[in-house]
Amino acid sequence: MSTRNIQNEKETFQSRSCQSRNLWSGILIGLGLVAFIDEAVFHQLLHWHHFFDKSTLAIGLISDGLFHAFSWFSSIGGMFLLAELRTSNVWKPQRWVGGVLLGGGLFQLYDGIIQHKLMQLHQIRYVKHVFVYDLLWNVIAAAMIVLGVIFITRSMKGNR
Amino acid sequence: MSMEHIQHVHVNWTSFVLLMLFFVAFTAYTAAVARSNLHYKPWPMSRYICWIIGMLTAVSAVFGPLALLAHTNFSAHMVCHLLLGMISPLFVALSTPISLLLRTLKVNSARRFVRFLKCRPLRFVSHPLTASVLNVGGLWALYTTNIYRDMHQYPILYLVIHVHIWLAGLFFTVSIIYLDPPSHRHSFIFRAGVFVLAFSAHAILSKYIYVHSPAGVTQEQAEIGGMVMYYGGDVVEIALICVFCWQWFRRSKVLRY
Repeated sequence: MSTRNIQNEKETFQSRSCQSRNLWSGILIGLGLVAFIDEAVFHQLLHWHHFFDKSTLAIGLISDGLFHAFSWFSSIGGMFLLAELRTSNVWKPQRWVGGVLLGGGLFQLYDGIIQHKLMQLHQIRYVKHVFVYDLLWNVIAAAMIVLGVIFITRSMKGNR
Repeated sequence: MSMEHIQHVHVNWTSFVLLMLFFVAFTAYTAAVARSNLHYKPWPMSRYICWIIGMLTAVSAVFGPLALLAHTNFSAHMVCHLLLGMISPLFVALSTPISLLLRTLKVNSARRFVRFLKCRPLRFVSHPLTASVLNVGGLWALYTTNIYRDMHQYPILYLVIHVHIWLAGLFFTVSIIYLDPPSHRHSFIFRAGVFVLAFSAHAILSKYIYVHSPAGVTQEQAEIGGMVMYYGGDVVEIALICVFCWQWFRRSKVLRY
């Protein structure tokens, strides 16, 4: 690669808003974190979730596979992005935490409504009143999204 | 009984051919390191160790007790498959054999070799998309058709499939992470996208195997095998993602300063 090319790339890289990089690092880590907690706590420790539910639709299997792969990639990628923000001294904790809450909340809502209910991937827990679990699951997700949005809008005002 | 006996004889010669192939590769690398050390600064020990691990993991999947067990036990087969198709290729890629070869060859032959690397067929199979299809698509074909059952009856098929699993795994790995200089570069974002698709196709297949046991495999064995494939695949793929992101991180450092 020629020097001029590298110079051009350097300029675009530096001028690219560090605001969006802070946000994206948070969103990616948040998504990965929720997926990880889901796998570690609900699948491995509690055994509430099943590896495979016979009523799973094909689309549920595909969606699950895609999110499984993407969540690993996003949590690792997000952490390298965070390392990159820290080394260039442009990490904005408030905005970043907002991103984590937003990303985590969005994924939990998708998992709770689309994957569990519409695609019948598996249920939160195999009990009679699973509705209570579903409600709690999705309310927490919505709360995370709202909190995340508040953090992000505040970080824009205070420029922190 | 006699059927089992025939199978063992086949296992012996195909395993032996594969063992020999990896042994020749191991010796060639060692000779190249010795030759390169005569003219240049010493070849890094870490890379040599990676090559040794790469060869040992591949050999353990095709020769010896684990490989024998894999003929009757599906989870053992899955462990072999992880060793041969994922772990070995990763270590081989980390040992940068192409760079070593270019160091060892004379200038003229090195040029010819580079031209060979840039030829259309090779560029085609080492494209991230083609390599992914060859790798994961090959697995779909193996486990969802009768090929898996036939593989244990026809030694030639067994040989071809095992060479294919290793080579496809290797082409896939080097199409995603660039440790040797690649003949054609693709952007980080494109490779990341292809990787996520291939990774999910692998995860979907392992859950598919969990319910639809391949021909000749019991339901119980398929369930364990599917989980070995799912979680074992995760471990290797996480390692691959880390190398990939590390390369991106180093690149972004260059761009920053």
